[in-house]
Amino acid sequence: MKALLVGEYREGNLLDTTYELFGFADQLGAETALLLVGSDSRLPAWVGTLYLADAAQYGEYNPELHTQLVLEAVARESADCVVFLHSSYGWDLAPRVAAGLKAAQVSEIIGIREEGFEVGCCNGKMRRTVKPATPSCVLTIQAGAFPQLQPGGSPTIIRMETAGSSSLEFMGYEPAEAKELNLTRAEVIVTAGRGIGKKENVPLIAALAKALGGELGASRPVVDAGWVPHGHQVGTTGQSVSPKLYVACGVSGAIQHLAGMKKSEFILAINKDKEAPIGEVADLLVVADLLQFVPALTARLAK
Amino acid sequence: MKILVCIKQVPDLESRFKPNGSKLWYDEADLAFRMNEYDEYAVEQAVRLREQLGDAADVTVLSIGPDRVGEALKKAMAMGCDRAVHIADPDALLRDPWQIASIIASFAGGRGFDLIFTGMQSQDRGSAQVGVLVAELLGISCSTTLVGFACDGEYVIAKRELEGGIKGVVKLRLPALVTCQLGLNVPRYPTLPNIMKAKRKELLVIPVAELLATGPVAATVSFHPPMRKGSGMVLEGDVSTLVEQVIGILKEKTAVLR
Ligand SMILES: Cc1cc2nc3c(=O)[nH]c(=O)nc-3n(C[C@H](O)[C@H](O)[C@H](O)COP(=O)(O)OP(=O)(O)OC[C@H]3O[C@@H](n4cnc5c(N)ncnc54)[C@H](O)[C@@H]3O)c2cc1C
Repeated sequence: MKALLVGEYREGNLLDTTYELFGFADQLGAETALLLVGSDSRLPAWVGTLYLADAAQYGEYNPELHTQLVLEAVARESADCVVFLHSSYGWDLAPRVAAGLKAAQVSEIIGIREEGFEVGCCNGKMRRTVKPATPSCVLTIQAGAFPQLQPGGSPTIIRMETAGSSSLEFMGYEPAEAKELNLTRAEVIVTAGRGIGKKENVPLIAALAKALGGELGASRPVVDAGWVPHGHQVGTTGQSVSPKLYVACGVSGAIQHLAGMKKSEFILAINKDKEAPIGEVADLLVVADLLQFVPALTARLAK
Repeated sequence: MKILVCIKQVPDLESRFKPNGSKLWYDEADLAFRMNEYDEYAVEQAVRLREQLGDAADVTVLSIGPDRVGEALKKAMAMGCDRAVHIADPDALLRDPWQIASIIASFAGGRGFDLIFTGMQSQDRGSAQVGVLVAELLGISCSTTLVGFACDGEYVIAKRELEGGIKGVVKLRLPALVTCQLGLNVPRYPTLPNIMKAKRKELLVIPVAELLATGPVAATVSFHPPMRKGSGMVLEGDVSTLVEQVIGILKEKTAVLR
């Protein structure tokens, strides 16, 4: 089995997450080649064939040209599968490559099984095993699901070029909103999830945070709805935290939230749904209505 | 400008999921269905563009599925879409992204849509493939994961959300397809007068057989709960007992309470 891995490069840097692709290929037992739209000055530490296109010429985001480059490398390598990270770069590019190859795509793989690839579904509550039925396939792997494997050494470079124009133009990056709050130093974080029901209940969660001497955190829907400012958001598009105590109130435990808090030392989850995926990372899951439990806990702490 | 919005109806994700007879997907009995969250942002953005352009724009909302998807289509029309297309397909939930995209593309092909909106993914399958595949099949410009959108009738300026909250700004030439991320806008609630008005809007039903010409390319071989259950403790019971138990455990296991 030959895998063409597609690395990631942003703002002039090779992203470390690229090494997760090697971790996946290793578990798959595949031979690897890597395609990167990047630069000579930031090469991955690994021995193998690197199809390198110049990001200065083809842009860091130009999916139409990048698709051409990937397809060209797949042909040269006779690859059986093309592997991306399931990231803003990967989930944008992968279906284009799948369409180009007329190949099946399996998205956001979390494990390899004998019968196929394991993926999450139903917001993390269930799993599916999926098997591609085409001769070649396109795969995206969940961020953090496979270990980073940094083999060391230096690659053999094959320079890639492509002609053609594009119907879209990348105009540049906009920095993340300045964080009005640094959650990463907090020892205790008490997070409000959508389960709090309405904005008027935010003070209940804030009061528990105060009673525990910690900060208020928030899941994304709570921020998107304007109940809590973005500076409090925990997760892949918010902050990554690892406090001594993380209290998740009415948070279901979507992967993008877990990615930002699962390294916390102790996780207490309060959820009325015993099956909520937050239970997979919680040290203690309290199955209760947070609107009753949280004020009771706050009151007891105040004694 | 002709605008198409593609929406999916998904179960309430707070439900319990049990495998159905085929053991390849969930049993629909006892589940309440609603519009996929990501698609609400797509509908809202299409309706805002329609309001910006006035009568020069026309918004069609499309959904594939059994009879129940009519509810989601009516909601989209109550939010402001002009007309709806229901592609009647009792097996929609079992189809792979390739088939769903092919159905949409064969409907949209030749109808001259200038702009197509979809959600970035569905909440139940979460493959994040359908929108991009539709664009590929139609040969039009595409960008994903939008948290910002502007359109002047010729170009779209899209803000894509990247990891860590950075955004990438992209300019696309129409015709184009964009996939919408959570937080792109604030989807409106349909008002009662608009719900009444939606009842009089056109809802075209097309049997899927007229549009589907391709088999699946991937097969689900199993649907099951996660194998690895958490190793944590689970407590249930009355609130005052729970509070005492939790205080005890926090004192023992964390350095936070003394
Ligand atoms: C690219 C991308 C990036 C993302 N980035 C982030 C991110 O950075 N951070 C983030 O959080 N999300 C992020 N998300 C969104 C994520 O997928 C989920 O949609 C989100 O985390 C869900 O938030 P929630 O758990 O608060 O809400 P829900 O999933 O709606 O869960 C609410 C929970 O509350 C429980 N509940 C309801 N009522 C009560 C009650 N009275 N008492 C107790 N429990 C109750 C329910 O059982 C449920 O488990 C991202 C998504 C994408 C696609």
